Amino acid sequence: MKLELKGITKRFGSLVANDHIDLVVEPGQVHCLLGENGAGKSTLMNVLYGLYDPSDGEILVDGKPVVFKGPGDAMAAGIGMVHQHFMLIPVFTVAENVALGNEATKAAGFLNLDETRRKISEISKQYGFHVDPDALVEDLPVGVQQRVEIIKALVRDAEVLILDEPTAVLTPQETDELLDIIRQLKAAGKSIVFISHKLREVKEISDIITVIRRGKVVGSADPSASPTELASAMVGRAVSLTLEKKPAQPGEATFKVRDLTVVDHNGQHVVDGLSFDIAKGEVLAIAGVQGNGQTELTEAILGVQPHVTGSITLDGVELLGKSVKQVLSAGVGFVPEDRKIDGLVGTFSISENMILDLYDKPPFAQGIGMKPALIATHAEKKVAEFDVRTPSIDVAVGTLSGGNQQKVVLARELSRPLRLFIASQPTRGLDVGSIEFVHKRVIAERDNGTPVMIVSTELDEVLELADRIAVLYRGRLVGIVPAGTSRDVLGLMMAGVPEHEAELTAHKTLEGGTNV
Amino acid sequence: MSTTTTTSGSGTPAGNAPARSGKPGVSELVSWKAGIGLSLLAILGTVLFGFMSNSKSAGFGIAEAANEAASNVAAWVTLVLALLLSAWLGYLWFVRRRSGLASGSGQVPGWLPAATVAAVVVLGLAALGVAKVVRITVPSAAIGWICAVVLLGLAGYTVYLTQAKRTIPRWVGGTFAALFLIGFMVWIVAHGNDAEPSISLAGLIAGSVTLAVPLVFGSLSGVLCERVGVVNIAIEGQLLLGAFSAAVVATVTHNVYAGLVAAAVAGALVSLVLAVVSIKYLVNQIIVGVVLNVLISGLTSFLFSTLLTADPEGLNKPGRLPPVDIPFLSDIPIIGPILFHQSLVGYLMYIAVIVVYLGLFHTKWGLRVRAVGEHPQAADTVGINVNRTRFWNVLMGGAIAGIGGSFFTLVSVDAFSKDMSGGRGYIALAALIFGRWNPIGAFLAALLFGFADNLQSVITIIGSPVPSQFMAMLPYALTVFAVAGLVGRSRPPAASGIPYVKG
Repeated sequence: MKLELKGITKRFGSLVANDHIDLVVEPGQVHCLLGENGAGKSTLMNVLYGLYDPSDGEILVDGKPVVFKGPGDAMAAGIGMVHQHFMLIPVFTVAENVALGNEATKAAGFLNLDETRRKISEISKQYGFHVDPDALVEDLPVGVQQRVEIIKALVRDAEVLILDEPTAVLTPQETDELLDIIRQLKAAGKSIVFISHKLREVKEISDIITVIRRGKVVGSADPSASPTELASAMVGRAVSLTLEKKPAQPGEATFKVRDLTVVDHNGQHVVDGLSFDIAKGEVLAIAGVQGNGQTELTEAILGVQPHVTGSITLDGVELLGKSVKQVLSAGVGFVPEDRKIDGLVGTFSISENMILDLYDKPPFAQGIGMKPALIATHAEKKVAEFDVRTPSIDVAVGTLSGGNQQKVVLARELSRPLRLFIASQPTRGLDVGSIEFVHKRVIAERDNGTPVMIVSTELDEVLELADRIAVLYRGRLVGIVPAGTSRDVLGLMMAGVPEHEAELTAHKTLEGGTNV
Repeated sequence: MSTTTTTSGSGTPAGNAPARSGKPGVSELVSWKAGIGLSLLAILGTVLFGFMSNSKSAGFGIAEAANEAASNVAAWVTLVLALLLSAWLGYLWFVRRRSGLASGSGQVPGWLPAATVAAVVVLGLAALGVAKVVRITVPSAAIGWICAVVLLGLAGYTVYLTQAKRTIPRWVGGTFAALFLIGFMVWIVAHGNDAEPSISLAGLIAGSVTLAVPLVFGSLSGVLCERVGVVNIAIEGQLLLGAFSAAVVATVTHNVYAGLVAAAVAGALVSLVLAVVSIKYLVNQIIVGVVLNVLISGLTSFLFSTLLTADPEGLNKPGRLPPVDIPFLSDIPIIGPILFHQSLVGYLMYIAVIVVYLGLFHTKWGLRVRAVGEHPQAADTVGINVNRTRFWNVLMGGAIAGIGGSFFTLVSVDAFSKDMSGGRGYIALAALIFGRWNPIGAFLAALLFGFADNLQSVITIIGSPVPSQFMAMLPYALTVFAVAGLVGRSRPPAASGIPYVKG
């Protein structure tokens, strides 16, 4: 099946998310859409999948124009989509999820789940998926959940499969497995639209690459193009992909975590017996696939998790059991993983957001009153220092771009004298320029002699910033390794393989020559 | 009231272990809720049933058959059938359990023990019928002490299990509840005013089923709405408007069946407002529901005190839906009069429970409904129209609650009076939560509330040491306990109460 998009435009109010995009997907081809976060890739795919109506332009299937009123129409036309956030119902079984919307029924609308189970095992056999049709989806690892999503599309006879940032939640090994699956699907004659901003995967899997920037197609590239070339095309200017930094000069270990365990409301040990130290002037990066306890770890340090046992000490003072306010005034700077939810109050102005944690302390407050003039000068100063691009300090922070929002959070957290700096996903969703700035700031804080903890699910970021790398898997520490550790070893560790075993395995694959 | 315990962190972080890897890494937040709750109840039971018992006996009357011969035949047939059924279910339970233990995986399906117990109860009742027992009389002090001791034992066992961090088997709670009930009944009856006080057990239960009818309809309405993601607080209003419309339409048309239909339409109309305002205009569902309740209470009160009191003959004399006996089944002693001597609304209740249950859990429609209530966006991406599904479900829920409302004016009392639903819509909501958003669970919970309601009035008649105001609190106290989750964790549909906006 040949799929064509002609002049697709999608506007949200005054914002043009897609601007006259043309795209041709040939049968049996892996077509990559490369672009930064917010470039309009997902919007385009949602238009194609019938979730959004295009403001302009048309979609052609095998040369005939079609109009999709909803995802149902798109699926009927043979288009399947695996969303970035899986569209699975956690309390349903695999079979129920696959059946949903495409139910096999007996008389009077009664479900025929046996028929669905049979189809699932048929597809599982064909592509080598190991999926139990009767397992509850919430019990499955993300990699398997993703296969369920693929099965959902295949059961509906999808000819074109859209994968939206499919590797964001996968370990490097799971990513390799996914790429294998994509190759098989391609061999079976399916077309794949692969959306990503990760250059490595894109280069590895695609037949053709279309680069999108600010809602426009800026050109196509060959998979053999160099990463720097692709990155430049994606960002629109020359970029350097490496950060210059001096070697770390670690001092005394002032931040210590011992036997830290966090139990969630289901009784699951989301953080399980963690112990580690961070020295002054060193960056410890916490690596791991999303959802392996990183969020709970940082929240436990900040003091917003119930059911925490163990010990967290900073300069010999126990932080566990203290209120968030006490933890912050002990000198902890905290950049939360989601700036929109935990980092900022979107409707407050920049100057107000700059003092969210200091509003009641001198010099910004006196008694019950606040000092607006002082708060304003403080904000002006920080906006200049952190290069926040904004028309004014009175602008609501929610209207800024992601990069500028993150700069506001950093400016606030770094404007106090710190004894520990924690940044969770500090560059998620930022453009390359802002990433560079944030990284420099983090390293500057390290060089001031602050212990720094970076939590990141991006291996590139971990490798770039870390002086030591701690790998988390299912809430447990797999190991702490030095900065120069290879990507393969880290990847295996992120899947729970212990350090020495990971090194052996990675070594073997290298010798075998099968490593890509 | 929970403490964190850390168990074995010894397992190695082995690679690619399956998600359900069992114990290591998964452990329990030990809850003392059950242990403390049961202990307090056991102590209360000991004081009441033991120390405060008297020397009188307690009598429990069992219904006498209207038709001696038919009843006898029915009793024997039931006895034999119940015997076969309970033997078969028991065997099935035993076999499943054994194979489950052997393979370590297979679980006994949840309905099996429940069905077995039900079959055994039916067997017992049939045996009583066959033996032509008319009344059971028990010495209250002896029974009271036995109950108290066993209750204390069970509470102690629960505390011990909690201490040892083991899970509490399900039968403990059930047995505890049953014994507490027996002890309480014996105690309260023995404190009646007569020398040999007694109550009619069959009458008590039959009355409970009857009182539960509007609750069951109300909670089914709640199930349909919440399963699709809309919180329906307006059940109270739907019941009330249903009652009102049934009364007026049945009087005007001189046809009770027209009244029944009118009640359904009225309930659906209330739902229509709820659906439009909350689904289309995204107003907070709870606020809309509460406002609707107040509005309907005011509206019906106004119409009642102006129009209906002015012309009660022409507007508020609906007549009644007579009870209908189902041939043969109604002749079964005890069970027959309780279950098979109902009005049309009562039978509709049974049908509605079964239909909603099968519909929700075994049909294409139900799968889609539940998907919309759990994860509307996922439902949308497979081509299900979320808001349309919600709209129709809420409307259907309203119609069902409306039929429940007709019970007040067509079955219970044959005239409408001010605010006659008396907060039962809210109790229905509690039954829905108690029943864990499941039609069968909601039905059983509603029966329990109906029982508490009826017990209160029966006890007041025979005289009791407890002031009647306290007895009147019983259903509500039970509601608080139930909703507070004494019976374990329940998990509402994930998207319940959250409006769906596309994109």
